[in-house]
Amino acid sequence: MSLARRYDFVLVFDVKDGNPNGDPDAGNMPRLDAETGHGLVTDVALKRKVRNFVALVKDQEPREPAAGEKRFEIYVREKAILNQQHERAYSALNMAVAPEEQAPAATESEAPDTKKKKPAKDKRKGSADEVFQARQWMCQNFFDVRTFGAVMSTGVNCGQVRGPVQLTFARSVEPIVALEHSITRMAVATEAEAEKQQGDNRTMGRKHTVPYGLYVAHGFVSSFLARQTGFGPDDLELLWQALGQMFEHDRSAARGEMATRGLYVFEHESELGNAPAHALFDRLKVAPREAGQVARGFDAYEVAFDGESLAPGERVQAAPGVTLRRLC
Amino acid sequence: MKTYCLELSGPWACFTRPEMKVERVSYDVMTPSAARACFEAVLWKPAIRWHVYRIEVLRPIRWINLRRNEVASVVSTRNVESAMRAGKGSLGLTVEDDRQQRAGLLLRDVAYRVHAGLEFLQERDAGAHAVKYHEMFERRARKGQCVNQPYLGCREFAAAFRLVDDPQAEAAPIPDTRDLGYLLHDLDFSNPDSPQPRFFRAQLNAGVVEVPHWGSQEVRA
Repeated sequence: MSLARRYDFVLVFDVKDGNPNGDPDAGNMPRLDAETGHGLVTDVALKRKVRNFVALVKDQEPREPAAGEKRFEIYVREKAILNQQHERAYSALNMAVAPEEQAPAATESEAPDTKKKKPAKDKRKGSADEVFQARQWMCQNFFDVRTFGAVMSTGVNCGQVRGPVQLTFARSVEPIVALEHSITRMAVATEAEAEKQQGDNRTMGRKHTVPYGLYVAHGFVSSFLARQTGFGPDDLELLWQALGQMFEHDRSAARGEMATRGLYVFEHESELGNAPAHALFDRLKVAPREAGQVARGFDAYEVAFDGESLAPGERVQAAPGVTLRRLC
Repeated sequence: MKTYCLELSGPWACFTRPEMKVERVSYDVMTPSAARACFEAVLWKPAIRWHVYRIEVLRPIRWINLRRNEVASVVSTRNVESAMRAGKGSLGLTVEDDRQQRAGLLLRDVAYRVHAGLEFLQERDAGAHAVKYHEMFERRARKGQCVNQPYLGCREFAAAFRLVDDPQAEAAPIPDTRDLGYLLHDLDFSNPDSPQPRFFRAQLNAGVVEVPHWGSQEVRA
């Protein structure tokens, strides 16, 4: 089963007294658009959280999967989520390959004479097939490969998997203020340091936070690319769930309180889409309720589509052939 | 060959210079190859070719520097193949062990009007008329339909697009005139295993870059 519709979505999330995305160029200060003062969160930061969420909720046990079973492994991992690299079992391919071709695949490498029999032309064709198979196999076993794509080491173009889900940078609705806090630690790391301080044993550290920021990111799901990677409706449901809950499982000293405040999905009736994405996005207004007021919570903002705010789960007809659904 | 004009805009863009692609630095303007990919995101079939012939720059050229954590390696096909055969193995990569921090010099708040011609290759679709493809493209572009959302150089920089029916009636491009140096025209895919880049000397003339035809003398390898 593959997708038969195009989806465009808007993700609204906020941060309170935390650093949503540090800038390596600025000593881990929150990312800032220096010209306007708006905060930024990169697409890759969001994708990282989707991956981590899926790694947490989907069974990653090294059990023996059924042939052709779709797996939810994560290729690009974080140590904190999966602390070691296990030897894992993967699901076998479930493709339209003749069984006699698939079964001896394991022995083929040990028996070079079977390979030699193939004429040179067939062999080259076979290797292209192998790359294709490897790609399909990766898509089947790894959720992040089938969702966001991956680049494989073979060839120039053939090794690329383009995922159906495309995310953009998130930007804060209003300019943010980045605060810098000095903190102390009642310990030192080395003995030399302790001696220098004559037993005072204190070090200073720094922490950057945004007192409050509401961020908006846009995303797109292409059903055409979904078909190529086998990204199905169940994967889409998982993606929505991940976008809704990913911050709940990403707590840390640096993040403060982050939460998804809204996930607005435009579902087009056709695969190509029924309306331009930017025109739909423009109608979803995220704005402060009162201009000039310093926002310190989500209630200072209003999210409205054509002037009407939606409750979670509510649907409206956004345009001919396009329904807008607020998922959370 | 019928010509069309799309307005492409977005808050960010990165048309990476091939000579500076480790720490990405964008060209000053959109490249013809990036523009072609935007048209192809709306409509492409084996029987058509897009030829970009003019790019109008609608907003001042502004920059932003941004550093991101990226991974250093790609998926190893050999490991994949052995895991595929064995049904088990250790695939995956840990970002902490495989990290590169790369800066990117990106363009911000960009908008372009791109003029491109749709060439119909009769021999690839013998039974059809060019009109079929013209109507297909017009219908899709007018409704905002696309195969995947077009993007400005990289996929995270999504582009909003709009079909411009009468370019004369639109706002003028920026008044800048300058030499942009050599600009990537497109990749030559005649040998699919090793696409070769080809360049041309781009002039920004009152906000307009005229793109020479692919086969002309001005386009060099």
